[in-house]
Amino acid sequence: MHAILRELGRFTRRNTLSAIGGMVGLLIIVVALAAPVLAPRDPLKADFRRMNKPPDAQSLLGTDQVGRDTLSRVIYGARTSLFVAFSAVLLGTTVGSLWGVACGYLRGRFDLVSQRIMEVLQSFPDLILAMAISMAIGTGLQAVIVAIAITRIPFGGRVIRSVALSVREMPFVEAGRANGGSALRVMAIHVLPQCVAPYLVLATTHLGVAIVIEAALGFLGVGVPPPTPTWGNMLADSITALVPPWWLAFFPGLAITVTVLAFNLLGDGIRDTLDPRLSPGFLRLVTGAGRSAPGAAPTPLTSPAAKS
Amino acid sequence: MQKYLARRALFALGTFIGVSVIIFVVLRVIPGDPLVAILGVEGHAQMKPEDRVRIMADLGLSAPLPVQYGRWLVDIGAGRLGKSFFRGDTVADLILHRGPLSAEIALLSFIISWLVGLPVGILSAFKPNSLPDSLARALSVLFIAIPGFWLGMLVVLALLFWFGYKAPILVVHFWQDPWQNLQIVIGPAMVLGLAQGAYIARMSRSCLLEVIGEDFVRTARAKGLRERLVVLRHALPNALLPVVTISGVLLGFVLGGSVAVEQAFGVPGLGRALVVAVIERDIIVVQNLVLLYAVIFVAVNVLVDLSYAWLDPRIRYG
Repeated sequence: MHAILRELGRFTRRNTLSAIGGMVGLLIIVVALAAPVLAPRDPLKADFRRMNKPPDAQSLLGTDQVGRDTLSRVIYGARTSLFVAFSAVLLGTTVGSLWGVACGYLRGRFDLVSQRIMEVLQSFPDLILAMAISMAIGTGLQAVIVAIAITRIPFGGRVIRSVALSVREMPFVEAGRANGGSALRVMAIHVLPQCVAPYLVLATTHLGVAIVIEAALGFLGVGVPPPTPTWGNMLADSITALVPPWWLAFFPGLAITVTVLAFNLLGDGIRDTLDPRLSPGFLRLVTGAGRSAPGAAPTPLTSPAAKS
Repeated sequence: MQKYLARRALFALGTFIGVSVIIFVVLRVIPGDPLVAILGVEGHAQMKPEDRVRIMADLGLSAPLPVQYGRWLVDIGAGRLGKSFFRGDTVADLILHRGPLSAEIALLSFIISWLVGLPVGILSAFKPNSLPDSLARALSVLFIAIPGFWLGMLVVLALLFWFGYKAPILVVHFWQDPWQNLQIVIGPAMVLGLAQGAYIARMSRSCLLEVIGEDFVRTARAKGLRERLVVLRHALPNALLPVVTISGVLLGFVLGGSVAVEQAFGVPGLGRALVVAVIERDIIVVQNLVLLYAVIFVAVNVLVDLSYAWLDPRIRYG
C-alpha cells in the first residue's frame, strides 16, 4: 500500500497535469456511479410547468423543451456515456490485444491474414464504420457498445502485435519454449504479461475517443435511443428547437469536453511513464520507415479518429 | 519508383476488395433479411408475403449472396450505384450534387490545419517551455479534446444570436455563387481545421525538438547560421515526414468527423445524406456511401505514401 502511494506521489510530481486529469476523471466516474444520489430530480420526468427555463435556483442548469432538469440529465448522461465508452474500450482493446499477441507470437500466414483484416478495418473512418455496424445490429445500448468496440480492435491489434514481436525474441520466452510449453502456454504466461503496460496506455488513450464517438452517434440520432439521457442525445435534442436554448447546447458538450480532456491528459502521462517507446519519438521512428515496411504501424495512439 | 507505385496500387486494390467485403457482410449478411433491415422488425411483419417477394426481386435481393456481391461490384465498375429506396434519387446524383460541398470542407480544413498548425508548432519549438509554447500546447490539448460538432453548435448558436445566421437549406456550388458557397463551407472547415491543426502543431513541435538535438543541426549552428535558418532550412525538412503522416491520417478522419460537423452546421453535404440514409435504413444508399468514404480514405493513404517516397529517397529505393 505504502509503495503504491509512493509511486502515485512520484507520478503526480512528474506529471502534474495528468494527475489532475486522473482526479477529474475519477470524480466524473464517482458522479456517474452516484447519479441516483446526486441528481436533484428524475432525469426522465417531464414538467410542463417548467419548460425551457434558463438556469435558476430551482434547476441549476435549466430545463429542456419538456421541462426535464438539465443537471440531472447531464449527471445521468455521464452514466450511460461512460458505461458505453468503458465497455467498448474494454471489449475492443482486449479482443484486439489478444489477437495482436497471437499475431506477433505465431507470425506466419495467420499474422499476414490478420494484418490485412485489421488494415481493412482501419480503412473506414471510425464514426462511419460505427454507424454502419450499429445500423446492422440494431440501435440499442449493446449495439452501440459492439459497434464502437469493433472500431477499436485494429488499434489494439497493431500496437500489441509489435510488442509481442519483440517480446517473442527474448531469452525467457525462448526458455519457455525450450521447456516444452505449448504456444498457448508460452503466450499466456510469458508474452501476455509484457503486454499489460502498453494495453493500459492504449485503453486510456482510447477512452476519450470512445466517448466522442458515442456522443457523435447520439448527436446524429443513431446512438443509444432516447429517452435515455446521454450527452450526445441531449445535444441532438437541443438543436431540434428553432432557436436552441444555449444551456441545452452548452452543458452536455462541456461535460464531454472535460471528460475527454481528463482522460487524454491521464493517458499522456501514463504513456510517458509506462512506455517511452509509445511516445511521439517512437512514432516518428516507425513512420519514418514507411508504411509498407513489415512491422511498421503508423498508427497514432491518440487516434484523432473521433475528432468530429 | 515505378515498382513502388505498382506495389502500392496493388495493395490499394486488395484493400478495396476487403473494404467492399466488410461492407457487404455488415450491411447485407448480418441483418439477415434485408427487408427487415430496411423496414425494421415491425414494418416487416406488417407486410404481405407476396409483397415481400416482389420487392425483394425488384431490388435484386433474392439472388444468392455471392451473386449479389458480384453484381454489386460489376455495378460499381459500370458506375451504376443504385438508387434510394425511399426517394428514387440515384446514389450517383446524390454524390455529384452533395459531394463537392463535403470535398470543399475537407480540403479547406486541410489547408487551414497546415496554415495554423505548422507555424504554431515551429514557434513552440523555437523556445520550448516558454510562455507562448505553454499557451500553444494548452490550446492544442484543448482543441484535441473538444468534439468538433459541439464547437460547431456553439459557433452556429453564437452566429444565430448575434447575426441572425440561418442554416443553409440548398446546395450552392462554388461555380454558381462563390461567395455564398464559401459562407456555407467556411464554418465546418474552420472547426475541422482547428482540430487537425492542434495535432499538427503538437506533432511538428515534438518532431522539431527531436531533430534539433541532432548532429547536423549542431553543425549548422557551428558554422554560424542564424537560428531561424537553422530551424527552417535544416531542421524543418527533416522533421516534416511524421507531420505529413499524421496530416494524412487526420484528413482521413476528417471524413468521419465532417459527418457530425455538417449536421451541427446544417450543411447539406454528403455526410448529411449518409446520416439521413442510416436513419431511414436506406440500405443501398448507405452501402455505396460508406464504400465511397472508405475508398477516399484508402486513396488519401496512398497519396500520403507517395508523398513519403517523394520526400524521402530512402523509401523510393528501399
